[in-house]
Amino acid sequence: LIPSLFVFAYLAVVLYIGIFAFRRSTHRNEAEDFFLAGRSLGVFVFLLSLFGTNMTAFAILGSSGHAFANGIVTYGLMASSSALVVPLSLFLIGTRMWALGKRHGFMTPVQMFRDRWECGHIGTVIFAVQAALLVPYIIIGVMGGGATLRAISGGRIPYWLGGALVALVVMSYVFFGGMRGTAWVNAFQTILFLCFGAVALGVIGAGMGGFAKAVEELSASPATASLLTRERVSPLYFFSYTFIPLSSINFPHIIIFCLTARRMQHFRKTVVLYPVCMLAIWLPAVSLGVVANRAVEVPAIQAKLEARRTLSTPSAALTPEQRSELRAKAAGDDVLVRLLEHYAPLWLAGLLGAGIMAAVMASDSQILALSTMFTEDVFAFYEGKARFGEAAQVHTGRAFVVALTVIAYFIALRSPQSIFDLAVQYAFSGYAALMPLLVGALFWRRSTKWGALACALWAAAAVIAVAVFQAAVPAPAPGAEVGWGTLFGQHVVSRTPGGTAVLGFLPVVPMTLVSALLMVVVSLLTRGPSEAAVGRYFTRRAAVEASHQ
Amino acid sequence: MKRLSLVCLVIALYALHQDVWLWRAARPFVFGFLPVGLFYHVCYTLAVALVMWLLVRLAWPAHLEETSPDEGEGSAS
Repeated sequence: LIPSLFVFAYLAVVLYIGIFAFRRSTHRNEAEDFFLAGRSLGVFVFLLSLFGTNMTAFAILGSSGHAFANGIVTYGLMASSSALVVPLSLFLIGTRMWALGKRHGFMTPVQMFRDRWECGHIGTVIFAVQAALLVPYIIIGVMGGGATLRAISGGRIPYWLGGALVALVVMSYVFFGGMRGTAWVNAFQTILFLCFGAVALGVIGAGMGGFAKAVEELSASPATASLLTRERVSPLYFFSYTFIPLSSINFPHIIIFCLTARRMQHFRKTVVLYPVCMLAIWLPAVSLGVVANRAVEVPAIQAKLEARRTLSTPSAALTPEQRSELRAKAAGDDVLVRLLEHYAPLWLAGLLGAGIMAAVMASDSQILALSTMFTEDVFAFYEGKARFGEAAQVHTGRAFVVALTVIAYFIALRSPQSIFDLAVQYAFSGYAALMPLLVGALFWRRSTKWGALACALWAAAAVIAVAVFQAAVPAPAPGAEVGWGTLFGQHVVSRTPGGTAVLGFLPVVPMTLVSALLMVVVSLLTRGPSEAAVGRYFTRRAAVEASHQ
Repeated sequence: MKRLSLVCLVIALYALHQDVWLWRAARPFVFGFLPVGLFYHVCYTLAVALVMWLLVRLAWPAHLEETSPDEGEGSAS
């Protein structure tokens, strides 16, 4: 009960922050104020909130679960690669989007694409692809809220009620506070889970008798020694993961967030400190996930280890259903909660549970981003704003937030999580494959709307193709691979236990490279936008430099 | 020249992420508990922060700020 009380107190605080943001707003019916906090966020709110927006439930729960199964490689795969690519893309692309937003009043990337390439309906296609890739995230957020609240309360709060409570709180502070409320809540959440990592590491480490002892024990056992190396993945797989963080800046909630800074200078601290924040959150999460393999006195973790052993026994004759059931049992997404239950005192487990809730509730910015996109790219573009006015646009945005949350909640109640886990897994690849849109628009004069359309359609088609392939071909046993065709000593396409590979690479690599190729080839074959449109994007620097001479 | 050096630095950093030479090494355990492969990536993350600091110091796209309208409006949040 005590942990649940802490979590309820936390939910009350974030709700209050949202309402406080609403009361603080002086232009409640202005679209720019509701959707972009009036482009007025200060430096620390911008840093903490942007980082929090990027850290979904996966950063804490998923990373420790991944490390539980795969070892220290998780940090190199997901944290250190993002630590380079994300701040670099903020530096190169985020700053340019911010400047264009200030200059032309853009509130979404599609507005910029429409202006840059002089297109209307192609922008709508890009909106549809971006929205379709974002929706599974929102559903996963609701599911995560329900499952986490149930776990923290020891089953006293059922899944449906936990999901409803979390969805209601998120919906309320997004509805009232808009971007300002969402940013403040995200900043608060980031502070919470920055503290969470260090405290959890200390408490659990002490409870287990010290990390040095746990690591020595892992190293001594042949079954777990490889968790301390990167033997469980191939170098091509490891390399592929450096493409995944390209998705970050293409997520609508991240690129829209770049428009909220009051000054471009605010990007400076964010770019420099982003890798440090990554380190502060991911190192504890990965370390705890790895040493959880020695927490054999925790019954729930013991059951996971047994399921994993059965799965990896070559002689075990298992049906695909039994295999997927065992895989679900062995999954480590809740190892952190289990470790806390066992090693932390009740009050601390409650406090840390609130930290976990902070990570799970990251769907707020995605809901707001989708609402911004709908009202700006569809409602306003198709003359809703001109006909009904700006206040109606903001009301539409708020109504959209409510409708989206309610629909996500009912889908979360009725559908198995595995479907959305898969969708989210490939949403990253899909967004990474959309990278040539931003790069083409901002850095290549010759890019055209037809090149952009080819990119967007390719990204959507490739995500669907991979999902269909994985649904049609069941995952093989751990260590095995089902492949077709051979080139350079690698299967051209193969089904692996964790997903799909193309010539040994994750699908994100060919998806992104083909997307870039399509942008180049199709743009060169088609007529570009007018000189006036290109001039708005590429002559400013020369003009500024000339004016200084 | 400065810009080219920074581009080379970023490319080198990207290449250094692929530390295949530590692939199968767990030992030594730095500070008694950090496997050397994990320690390398912790140092790598800090090196990235340093390079980002260099980028914002030496290659900040100030021309983007100069072309923007007045930024003094709006309250701090």
